[in-house]
Amino acid sequence: MMDWFSEFLYMDGFAVWVWSAFGVSALVMGLMVWLVIRRHREALRLVRRYHSDGGSR
Amino acid sequence: MGKESWRWFHRFGSPPHVYGLADRMVPWFAILGLACLLTATVWGLAFAPPDYEQGDGFRMIYVHVPAAWLSLFVYVLLALASAIGLIWRMKVAHAVAIAAAPLGAAFTFLSLATGSIWGQPMWGTWWTWDPRLTSQLILLFLYIGFIVLNRAFQDQRSGDRASALLGVVGVVNVPIIHFSVDWWHSLHQPATIAKFGAPSIDTAMLIPLLVMALGYKLFFAWLLLRQLQAELLQRERRAAWTKALVTGPGGTVK
Repeated sequence: MMDWFSEFLYMDGFAVWVWSAFGVSALVMGLMVWLVIRRHREALRLVRRYHSDGGSR
Repeated sequence: MGKESWRWFHRFGSPPHVYGLADRMVPWFAILGLACLLTATVWGLAFAPPDYEQGDGFRMIYVHVPAAWLSLFVYVLLALASAIGLIWRMKVAHAVAIAAAPLGAAFTFLSLATGSIWGQPMWGTWWTWDPRLTSQLILLFLYIGFIVLNRAFQDQRSGDRASALLGVVGVVNVPIIHFSVDWWHSLHQPATIAKFGAPSIDTAMLIPLLVMALGYKLFFAWLLLRQLQAELLQRERRAAWTKALVTGPGGTVK
């Protein structure tokens, strides 16, 4: 089991490249999710603020 | 076609209709997209057979290729939305285009970054001014140009029109990217899957790639709809429908 896992992590000598490619992708996609959700929340807050001020902004 | 058959199209011109539709679809795209991404990652990393030449290094295909496909797909979508916005003056279409642009730019960046990571061990270089790589870099600049141009005007309509024009003209780069590997001598390998005839990739490697590509598309659809909702809220913050969205039954803001 440990041998299989070590082999899996080693990636035939390409570990650095394969894990970097997957890592960068996961990082960027995670960042995209966070930024998009945050932007949607901010837009909702903007609408709430606008209408709670009676449309003065 | 009669007026009735165009009604569905006209409904997409209504921001509250699109906002509500997006609200209902977002959870489905999110759940299905993440499920596909997770399945394909495990499948591609642990169960797909190694390549006879590149060994396990080929597994980078599972993040590089879907990102590259999506970068082109998103640009075509952006150009179509821009064209619809210009021709029919549909506000929602312009909102779709500007909502898609940063996502397309992120996928283009990912395709370049993962391609670079692949290039170093396989070609011995991080970057080369190869036709495929250069045209893909131009795509990234087109996305950035689209966003900057859209936000450069005080008047939103002027920004929409100017960026839509760039979006439509820039679509000429898409076939250049796709066929660059056939038209010029390129270090980049030619088409493996999207070509005439059978794909030159084993089915055991192809299926997880297709699942991953589907996952990327669903992931994009999820984020596009959320981006679109945010864009519509910003643009329509003074409209009655956005007030109805944030007010409770007593008319007080939630």
